[in-house]
Amino acid sequence: MTTVTAVTGNAEDADNPYALSHLDALESEAVHIFREVAGEFERPVILFSGGKDSIVMLHLALKAFAPAAVPFSLLHVDTGHNFPEVLDYRDRTVERHGLRLHVASVQDFIDRGELRERPDGTRNPLQTVPLLDAIDKGRFDAVFGGGRRDEEKARAKERVFSLRDEFGGWDPRRQRPELWQLYNGKHSPGEHVRVFPLSNWTELDVWQYIAREKIELPAIYYAHEREVFARSGMWLSPGEWGGPKDGESLERRQVRYRTVGDMSCTGAVDSDADTIEAVIAEIAASRLTERGATRADDKMSEAAMEDRKREGYF
Amino acid sequence: MSTNTTAGTSTGAAGIIEAGATSLLRFATAGSVDDGKSTLVGRLLHDSKSVLTDQLEAVERASLGRGQETPDLALLTDGLRAEREQGITIDVAYRYFATPRRRFILADTPGHVQYTRNMVTGASTAELAVVLVDARNGVVEQTRRHAAVAALLRVPHVVLAVNKMDLVDYAEPVFAAIAEEFTTYAASLGVPGWRSGGNLQDKWCTAIPISALAGDNVVSPSANMDWYGGPTVLEHLETVPVVDDPSQDPARFPVQYVIRPQTAEHPDYRGYAGQIASGVLRVGDAVTALPSGRTSTIEAIDALGQAVDAAWAPQSVTVRLTDDLDISRGDLIAPTATAPDLSQDIEATVCHVADRPLTVGQRVLLKHTTRTVKALVKDIPSRLTLDDLSPHPAPGELAANDIGRVTLRTAEPLALDAYADSRRTGSFLLIDPADGTTLTAGMAGNAFAEAAAEAAVADGADDDEGWDF
Repeated sequence: MTTVTAVTGNAEDADNPYALSHLDALESEAVHIFREVAGEFERPVILFSGGKDSIVMLHLALKAFAPAAVPFSLLHVDTGHNFPEVLDYRDRTVERHGLRLHVASVQDFIDRGELRERPDGTRNPLQTVPLLDAIDKGRFDAVFGGGRRDEEKARAKERVFSLRDEFGGWDPRRQRPELWQLYNGKHSPGEHVRVFPLSNWTELDVWQYIAREKIELPAIYYAHEREVFARSGMWLSPGEWGGPKDGESLERRQVRYRTVGDMSCTGAVDSDADTIEAVIAEIAASRLTERGATRADDKMSEAAMEDRKREGYF
Repeated sequence: MSTNTTAGTSTGAAGIIEAGATSLLRFATAGSVDDGKSTLVGRLLHDSKSVLTDQLEAVERASLGRGQETPDLALLTDGLRAEREQGITIDVAYRYFATPRRRFILADTPGHVQYTRNMVTGASTAELAVVLVDARNGVVEQTRRHAAVAALLRVPHVVLAVNKMDLVDYAEPVFAAIAEEFTTYAASLGVPGWRSGGNLQDKWCTAIPISALAGDNVVSPSANMDWYGGPTVLEHLETVPVVDDPSQDPARFPVQYVIRPQTAEHPDYRGYAGQIASGVLRVGDAVTALPSGRTSTIEAIDALGQAVDAAWAPQSVTVRLTDDLDISRGDLIAPTATAPDLSQDIEATVCHVADRPLTVGQRVLLKHTTRTVKALVKDIPSRLTLDDLSPHPAPGELAANDIGRVTLRTAEPLALDAYADSRRTGSFLLIDPADGTTLTAGMAGNAFAEAAAEAAVADGADDDEGWDF
């Protein structure tokens, strides 16, 4: 999170032939979590949005079970306002690895009248209902999410194994203590467990790992020229989802995305970082958090994330 | 895994990745309510420039909204609505920050007596614990409790942060007296001079005089305490040695999952996936699978995509054996020469973490490494009074936050090491079979006071017997 300049590591640690770098330590821990779930649950599923965190999750799962296939299917909650480049990436990835993809569509729920469009047009909070419906219908008992504790202060309180009640709800006061590396996956029928293998990773860790492992990402993570318009202090992409409106004007700018979510609430940042090295340098020097820079939905109130998580959001 | 058969080359492909090849320190904070723990954490994050502009603006906005004139740094860490409303920390939160020398995972644990279990949660994975003391009050019951929990959980290092030195005129005698009292108490826990892996810890506890509010000795050296020649809190966190020498410890490999692709490309592949809990595994090692006792030889080790000759804790790997044994999740692979004993009778020190009590005669599930078995609570011989370490005999049950001794009988034999030998293979959970509630955190073997006495003897007798934390 802070400025990381050229580093040679701690001399005492570097001298020890058994020292693991922090990336190796995080990778090893995440793989352990994936394998625990494979060993203890009947029907796990990976939430996969085509965003960088879920891409890293999938990469870790591929490594954890190689040379066998990943023993989980994927679930994408499609808000209907996704970036086309990201949907394209999602479909190519699923095909390349021979995976099974479930799609839960917010648009379907709106079309059926089971969800109502919000006045502000953002569909991010609407994802919870289709997500819980898909978990219920798929009878999934473990749901991997790419959430990281460094993203947000309610997330900082989240366990690696997070028990959710029959309504998918999170009660921060009733969380199980999580001791050593002994994850308790026991749950009653109807309950499920959310699992966050990237809990201990930061945004910078994710990017450094992407660089080390040479993982391909959707191109919108790198600086490119694109038509954007300003709203609430962010650069948004135009689209049928509802922008630009009267008084908002399009302009061409050199931008990139730090997070990739719903187009209606995910902003781009001005950037000329068009390589992974440049992106890492940019993040290391940034004085804004990932969500603070690019997410409108977390600014709604001091407890926006906590409130959504209580309702079943990931 | 960037490490190959040559140990210690944690180097990435490109130069930029070198910036990431730092080590990781997991540490926990503990302190009584109002000792200034949130302020210390806020100061550590703020002065190490780990708080970003938007987070600080959010804190300023919220502080102003409450009529406070200066930003309340505690709001950086109190992430839940109820915590902000009450101004207290309820639950463990994990925070992340980095300096050019090291990356840190901080388990920020609450100070309230009723949340001792949360300190146990934070300390279970910590390599260092910061125990905060108010310089005006000195060592209090909660300080002893936190020191005892850190010792019990075998956290390798403790920092005694004597806070609010600004309120005692930065007086050295005040600090010296508190440090002395704490060190004497720590000695009664048997911790100074204990071992971590193969490395002798010359000092378990480091005392640092600070003012979290004024910023003395947290990140920057204090101009107000020139009598103090030691490191700041951050400097100590950056330099404390955390790497064990796993070659000193017997290898333990709990099998998590059996990988059998059954594809045209890999028709006969059978790999045992897991995270090495302790020690080093090498190709060619003669190994025994427990509990069956069948023996074989390590044919290959796959370190996440790369064949290696050796791997060590805590790497996640896949191991293949020369023989097709019947091995499944929950089994333990260990070198034949140093395989652990099997037992169905367990003595342990436990911390009870659930609201409902643990009682004699209760039927529970016991999770040890990757194995979960049925167990019976046969006896609860004593409950520990943490402030003076005296045992309270035959309490009959343990309530939330109690620490005590229990004896258990398991339905199947377990390969359990003493917690004194391995935090990883000596720890277990007790789980309520009815609804899956985590009841109790268990540490196999002797209580720490007894273990300390024995270790003192062992230390004199055999200097090479290392403890693994």
